[in-house]
Order: sequence, then C-alpha cells, then structure tokens
Amino acid sequence: MNKSLISIQDFSKEEILHVLETAKEFEQNRTQHILEGKVIACIFFEPSTRTRLSFETAVNRLGAKVIGFSDASNTSVSKGETLKDTIKMVSNYVDMIIMRHPLEGSSRYASEVSSVPVVNAGDGANQHPSQTLLDLYSIMQTQGRLDHLKINMVGDLKYGRTTHSLLQAMSHFEPEFVFTSPDELKMPVEYKDFLDDKGIRYTETNSLEEHLDDCDILYMTRVQQERFTDPMEYEKVKDVYRLEASMLGNVRKNMKILHPLPRVNEIDQDVDDTPYAYYFKQAENGLYVRMAIISYLLGYR
Amino acid sequence: MENVNKELKVSALENGTVLDHIPAENVYKALDILNLKGIENPITIGINLNSKLYGRKGIIKIADRFFEDDELNRLALIAPHATVNIIRNFQVVEKRKLSMPDRIEGIARCMNPKCITNHQPVMTRFKVIEENGEISLLCHYCEKRSDIKSLF
Repeated sequence: MNKSLISIQDFSKEEILHVLETAKEFEQNRTQHILEGKVIACIFFEPSTRTRLSFETAVNRLGAKVIGFSDASNTSVSKGETLKDTIKMVSNYVDMIIMRHPLEGSSRYASEVSSVPVVNAGDGANQHPSQTLLDLYSIMQTQGRLDHLKINMVGDLKYGRTTHSLLQAMSHFEPEFVFTSPDELKMPVEYKDFLDDKGIRYTETNSLEEHLDDCDILYMTRVQQERFTDPMEYEKVKDVYRLEASMLGNVRKNMKILHPLPRVNEIDQDVDDTPYAYYFKQAENGLYVRMAIISYLLGYR
Repeated sequence: MENVNKELKVSALENGTVLDHIPAENVYKALDILNLKGIENPITIGINLNSKLYGRKGIIKIADRFFEDDELNRLALIAPHATVNIIRNFQVVEKRKLSMPDRIEGIARCMNPKCITNHQPVMTRFKVIEENGEISLLCHYCEKRSDIKSLF
C-alpha cells in the first residue's frame, strides 16, 4: 500500500519528527540526487507560485524529473475529463503525484484512485500539510525544540487553514496557544473542543498588543479576501492588525515571527530588518521539508 | 368487525421483516436508506400510528426480505429507537436492536458546496459522530461536518 500525505493527521508524531530530521539533512546538503531516474508529476489545477516552485525545485534537487501543468485550462480537464480519469492516467506514467486542486477532498479522492503516492499541495480551504510541516520545521529550528512553546496565532483564525493544521500538528508537543483575532474571525469551536479534549491551554483576545511580549512564536496570517462570501464582512476586518517594528521593544529574545506568505498589510516592511522576522527563511525551509516529504514517501529516507 | 379485518391483513406477514417505532416523519427516509424503493416484495407501510412510547410512529413491513446488520444499522441514523422483528412462519423468531454505524457510504450528501463529492461522481463516505446526543457526519474527503439532514 502506497503512503500518501493528504492531511497532517495522516502522519504520526514519529513520522513528523522523522521528516523534520530528514529536512535538516537536506538543509545541510541541498543537492542530493537520490531519486535519479524517477519521474514526478506536479499537477496544479489552480494557480500557485510559491508552493509549485518549491515542490518542483525539491524534485529537481533530488535528481528526479518533473512533468505536469500549472493551469488546467489547456488540459483534458477543460474537455470534461473527470479527476478520476486524469489521476488514473497520470499515475500510470509517474512515480508520485503532487497536486493542488480547488475542490476540498480532491486529494484524498485522488490518493484512492492513484497507483502511486499522492502529496496534497492544497485542496481548497481544507488541507496543505507540507505548509504545516515547514511551519513545524521553522519552529523547531528557531526554538531548538517543539515541546512546551507558547504560540500566538494572529489574524484570520476562522477560515485560515494553516492555523488549523498547525494547531493539530502542535498538539503532539504540549503547547500553549493564544488566539488573537477580531470577533468575526475567531478560532472555530471544533478546534477549541479538540484542544479541550487534549487538555491544551489557550486564551483568546482581540488585541495584538496583549500577548506580544509573552509568546515564543508569533504566527501571523493574512485575512484572505477569497474566503469571504460577504464583501462587507471583509471590509470590516481586512486591516485589523498591523505589526510594526516599534511594537517589538519588549518581546522575548527568542521570539520569531512566522507568516505563511504572501503578506499584505499585516506586517510592516520595517519588521523585516528586526532579528524577529523569520518568514523569508520560513519559505526557504519549505524546500528542505518538501525534499524530505518526497524522499520519505518514496522510501528513500 | 371491519377494523379487525384490516388489522389482520396488515399483520399477516408469513416471512419477512417488521421495522417498528420509526419516527413518523422519517418513514420515507427509511425506505430510501434501506433501498426499498423499486423492489418487488410486498411492503406495508404505516404512518402516524399511535404509540404508547413515542406518540406517533411509523412501521414498515417487508415480506420475504431479511437484512444484514450493516444495512439495518443505517436506520439508527434517523430512527435510533427502532425495533426489528424477524418473522418466520407468522412467528416473531428474533428481535433486534439497532446500533449506530461508525461509518456510512453513499447515503448522505456533503453539505460543503466545495466538496469534491458534490462536483464529481464520487461516492460519499462519512464518519458518524455522536456528541451530546446529537449526530453529525464528518466527511471522509473534505473533512467538514454535515448534520443529519444531509441524509438522502
């Protein structure tokens, strides 16, 4: 049976730690042609820059070849081909499929019809597990550990899939959470229930200043216009938080600011030059983590 | 005298299955869930019958048809207190209680409009979640919860 990565919950704590350790190895030596002769499909049914380029770079740096498309409009999908048929066909050609699709659950379904492992590179607003693993890697690299950290998540905690997946993944490591959001975009009840069941502490606030100085990780997110059905609701909350360098005077020395990118106005450019900014390095880490995911699922690490 | 005859006719099941204590409003759904629409066996349906325990109940009697536990347990989603009587040679030979299924396939629709199952020919699969006496369905694909109204 092939092992796919569709949802962060598909990986045990041990598997997560194994992938993170492997990523360290790739960070030290980022060209390792261990997958020479393999062919990997990157099929992106909706546009993406960062995720697609970093997956394709990861495949190349592992010595495998990439085929695929970055836009479904000039493929058979536009002729009405079902996802099942596309996946059946592609999986007969390649050793692994990396896919992004706008419909939620599409990657899980693809993994059930595919004869090779599938990596979910984002299925609508549902899951994006390689993002979660690179967030964990960034936390581990900046703090030297994953256990017993205080994580302040800021912004759109209602629709933001990255915060939900990170919360689930961090639950293995006895964290404490702060949820900073406007009332309209609070962390959904099912995730708070999940934390209650696990006995993990959290506090909620709508003030960005309130828990700036007592957290180890400040996880900022963008309020995503595309998730809103009501434009009025978006206008009310779009610029609700803006982090500036002047606000960072009393933060913990080890504190790092993470952001899944792209950012809009929530982090001022003057923060980039502070020692707390980590988001560009975080994006770079995506490369090593994706190399680790691919080589693990194909049985090479 | 007329009433007695009617009663006799309804009860006269030689072999088959009697599903009793179905909430009156869910009888049609029960027929769907058990795939009874379109089959050729004689079926007797009662709706809005008096029940000492539940007020108004429904009852379904299917001649010459016996069910697997998996099939019957789906009924627990809409009729958790239903009882099942297996009839052979006019006698009740077995009474069964339903137990809530852990998972269901193909009998509910996901309420998330962006779920793959609402756009492509994919059979729906759900995990059944019971919380504070309420039942909801967790989609195997999009990982969103639907409530029980999403049953066909």
